[in-house]
Formats: sequence, C-alpha cells, structure tokens
Amino acid sequence: MPSDANKSPSAHTTRFWHDPAKRAILFQSLLVIAVLGFVGMIVQNTLHNLESRGITTGFAFLSQEAGFGIVQSLIDYTESSSYGRTFFVGLLNTLLVSALGVVAATVIGFVMGIARLSNNWLIAKVASAYVEIFRNIPLLIQIFFWYFAVLRALPSPRQSLEPLDNIFINVRGLYMPEPIYGDGFGWVVVAFLLAVVAVIGIARWSKKRQDETGQRFPLFWTAAGLLIGLPLVVYWIMGSPMTWDNPVLKGFNFRGGMTIIPELAALWLALSIYTAAFIAEIVRSGIEAISSGQTEAASALGLSKSKVLRLVVVPQAVRVIIPPLTSQYLNLIKNSSLATAIGYPDLVSVFAGTTLNQTGQAIEVIFMTMLVYLTLSLLVSAFMNWFNTRMALVER
Amino acid sequence: MSMTHQVEDDKLMVEMRGVNKWYGQFHVLKDVNLEVKKGERIVICGPSGSGKSTTIRCINRLEEHQKGDIIVDGTTLNNDLKNIETIRREVGMVFQHFNLFPHLTVLENCALAPIWVRKTPRDEAEEIAMKYLRRVKIEEQALKYPGQLSGGQQQRVAIARSLCMNPQIMLFDEPTSALDPEMIKEVLDVMVELADEGMTMICVTHEMGFAKTVADRVIFMDKGQIIEENEPHEFFNNPQSERTQAFLSQILNH
Repeated sequence: MPSDANKSPSAHTTRFWHDPAKRAILFQSLLVIAVLGFVGMIVQNTLHNLESRGITTGFAFLSQEAGFGIVQSLIDYTESSSYGRTFFVGLLNTLLVSALGVVAATVIGFVMGIARLSNNWLIAKVASAYVEIFRNIPLLIQIFFWYFAVLRALPSPRQSLEPLDNIFINVRGLYMPEPIYGDGFGWVVVAFLLAVVAVIGIARWSKKRQDETGQRFPLFWTAAGLLIGLPLVVYWIMGSPMTWDNPVLKGFNFRGGMTIIPELAALWLALSIYTAAFIAEIVRSGIEAISSGQTEAASALGLSKSKVLRLVVVPQAVRVIIPPLTSQYLNLIKNSSLATAIGYPDLVSVFAGTTLNQTGQAIEVIFMTMLVYLTLSLLVSAFMNWFNTRMALVER
Repeated sequence: MSMTHQVEDDKLMVEMRGVNKWYGQFHVLKDVNLEVKKGERIVICGPSGSGKSTTIRCINRLEEHQKGDIIVDGTTLNNDLKNIETIRREVGMVFQHFNLFPHLTVLENCALAPIWVRKTPRDEAEEIAMKYLRRVKIEEQALKYPGQLSGGQQQRVAIARSLCMNPQIMLFDEPTSALDPEMIKEVLDVMVELADEGMTMICVTHEMGFAKTVADRVIFMDKGQIIEENEPHEFFNNPQSERTQAFLSQILNH
C-alpha cells in the first residue's frame, strides 16, 4: 500500500483488533463472560436437580440432632448433640493430630536430616535407610501398618502391658494417669510464669553483658534450672496440690485416667514418620546448599565446629529450608484426612463421612470441609511466609 | 621495591618437614619442605593442580596431611583440636572466592571472630573492625551486605576480616584470580601495604608483578613437589629447571 506510507502515523487509524491492548481487553471480557455463564449453568442445573429429587438445601441441618457417638472428642459431645457440634469435634480432632504431627515430624526430620550428614558411618547409613524406606511407601499403607500390624496386635485390656506404674498399653489404647489440680496449684502456674519472665530478663542481661564485656553466660542451664526448679519449689511449699487419677481395670476395660486411642496413635505415628522422611531431605539439602567455602572461612577464623554451624551455616540454611518445609506442613495437614481409613474421628471421617451420609446434604458438607482445609492451609502458609520474610530480611 | 622490612632469621613461623598428602590414590603433596621466617613474604606459583593451594591449606588444617610435620609458630599441627584452634587464631586466610558471610553486614563479618573467638566486647570488636575497614579503605561500606559490594571490595573486606583477629601469618589463596582486571590492583595495593608493615605472608598467586616487587622468595611447584625456590630476581631472570622455564615462558609471554 504505497499511499499508506505517505500518511503520518497519527492520521493512520489502527483497526482496534490490531491494537494489542484493546485486543487483550476484548479476549478477557469474552473469557469472563464464558466462565460466568458456565458456572451459572452448573448452579442452575444443580439447584434444579436437587429440587426435582426433593433434597433440601441450606444449613438448617447443622442444628439437628446427630444421633451417633464419637470415640474421641476434645469438647463435650453426646449422641444428642447437633450436626454442627460434630463439625467442631471433627475439626478439633483434625487440628489435634495435625499439630502433634507437625511437631513430631519437625523434630524427627531435623534429627534425621542432620544425622545423614554425620561423619559417623553407622549414624549416616541408619538415617539414609530411614529416609529411603519411609518416603517410598505409600502413606495409607503406613497408616494401616501402624494400626493393624502394630497397635491392633497388642494384648487385650486384661493382659495389658504396664511399662511404668499406672501406665497401660493394650489394644484399646494407651492409658495414663490424669493430673487433678487441687487448691494452690495456681501458685505453681504463677511460679512458672515468673520463671519465664525471669529467663527473658536474664537472656537480655546476658546478651548485654556479652556485648559490653565479651563474657558469655551459661544461659541454657540457668533457664532450664529456673523453669523446672522454681515451679517445683513452690509445688513443694504449697504441699503438693496435685493428685493423679489412675486408670483402673473394671470389667473388660479401664476407667479413669487419660487415654490415647490407637487410631490417634497410629495416624500420628504414620503422619510424623512419613513426613519426617521428606523434612530430613529438605534439611540435608538446605545445609548442603551452603557452600563449603563458608565453613572453611569460618573455621579459618578460629571458630569451633559448633559455632560455625550456629553462627554461619544454620542461619543461611534456614532460609533455604523454610519454603519447602511449609509445603510439607501443608501436606501433613491435608494427609491427616486419611484418618477416615482407620476410623480416627477427624473432620473428613465424622463430618464429610457420617454426617454427610445421614443428612445427604453433600454440597453443603463438602463445601464446608473444603473451606476448612483451604483456610487451615492458607493460615499455615501465611504464618510461614511471615517467618520466611523475617529470616530473609536478615540478609538484605 | 620495599626493602625496608625486617626478616627475623632466628624465628621460624612455619616449618613443613617431609609433608605428604594423598587424595585416595592421588599423591597431591610429595615431601614438601618449607621454612618461613617471621616477616618473610613467600609467593608460591605453579600450574593448576600442582598442589600449591593444598600446601597452604595444610598450614591451617583446612586439609589434613598424612605424613610429615607442620609446626606453626611453635605449635605442632596434629589431631589435637586445641592445637588446631590455637593455630587458626594466629593464621589468617584470604580465599579466591572471598567467602564472606552473606547473612551478615560487612561490619558483622569482621566483628564475628573477635566476639566469638577472642571474647572481645562487641563495642570494642566493632572498633577493631572499623579500624581495619579503614585500613583497606572501605569503611563507608560497613553497614552494607557483601552481596551489595563489587568483587574487589569484597576481597578487601575479607582481608580486613582476617586482620581483625590480629594474625601472625596471612595466607592468600589466589586472592585475585576471581576478580575483574580493573579490580585486581585495589586488592594488590592492600596486600603490598600489608607486606610493607612486616606481615609474614604466604601467597599463592599468578600475579608475577606482585612476586617481583614484594616477595622475598618465590617457590615454584609442579605435580605436588617444590621444584625450585629462589629470590625473585634470580627466579625470573635465571630459572634453573626446565619446568620452571616452561612455566614462566607460558605466563610471561602472551
């Protein structure tokens, strides 16, 4: 088009589908309309189907009586409680096993990860065998293993194992004495809180003293002594205001005391041991990611092996470790829904299982359950991201 | 040329006698004998893989030798951790890749060892750090992180970090090999200044200009052995062995 070439650019009107910006807006609008239409159609269709089958919708079922029992509940719960309460019982049980699992997996994972780097041949090999075994067997099989092969194989209550006085292990669970707090126990708690305050004070003082004089203070042992010693002394002065409610064998089962049901124990073991194998690898790779030059430079300055780790390697490794560690925590929380396979009363088992079956209100129940996991996961990653930013800020 | 410094003939700072080292089957150091007097400046050169870095890394036990004796400032290097720590406190080291701690500021990098090894109060340690940062002319960067500095600046910080421990000997392991050409000079200037002040130095380097002006002795290593050692003028103008001649013609004529 020779005539076009003579026109000035401003006089030349671009057709709007040749302008990338306008074209983007057009396509995006079309896409949004299509998606909205599709979702609308599904909702319409579902509502129509529900209506035609006579299924009620809405959340009114939450206040109806549940009518079924739950083996473990952290809040008061009976068969006459509402479905809404089953939701909270399940939610708390999920939170319980997840919290226990995250703590145990972190501890085992860090120990195993560092052990894999040990110069001791046996320790390193045991740790790598641990990782290779537990990360390569499906979690569900591991849960079955702990539940059916280990815990279900324990003796009946009458033949209970008693590893320590008043602690019983049998096929129904682990029975322990439960502390009953008497008058004056409050003072012991007060003493403990005072000890915590004192330790914080001493920690600040010792850091200040080191800054000023260079002398170091045995903080760990002082803190341990105060935190354990002070409450013990007060406990003794108040005349031991605590008694134990011991489990007692009555008929076929134990009464009294505290119980850890085998479903919880099996799920906790499986989740922690499985996830710890992954965490061990994350910890190992995090430490290995710090170049040997860092260790060499720090050693050449005369820092001892433990100080090299504490002052140079770990602060850098933590930043590498946190993001993948977050994923493992999220996996553990979501994997806790496998509870339903061995009948641990978690949210999926109690709410998305029994409650759904009894009420038939699949959409509401599944929606609430998904929302719970989504919220939990987002909370955990928000916390870990905050922690990560805090650690990362140390660098720049 | 700086001829003002004093070499104390009667005081040996480093003594290596019949040192041998193997990496598995590979014989990296073969009967290395080396004596460094107080105030002496030694330059070690040689082709890559000749064992020159390994030699100086044995002096502060970053590498363990398997046979022979190494005595540093009167302390025998053996498996006794106390001896190793004593020696490391007296021996500073500067690395090819600087190895600054990226999570600490320049000031914290320098104050770390005085605080945790010498048990110096923090204020005092930071004063020491600032003193040496001024000396390598980089005090205005004290509160930055290593990642924000250029290579030459990082290497100068690394030298200052070593000096903060007030070492008796400084080891330099190819300190300018990872630097851009325009940054080599700023690092060499600091090293020359250090040499003028009488520091005992052992430098593994390919900077032959530095060797000519600063070194008391130049050592040529090849295949794990010391082939030749001489004062710089003789070493460069009248090399004895064929291998030294070949090496020098390669690095000087290009």
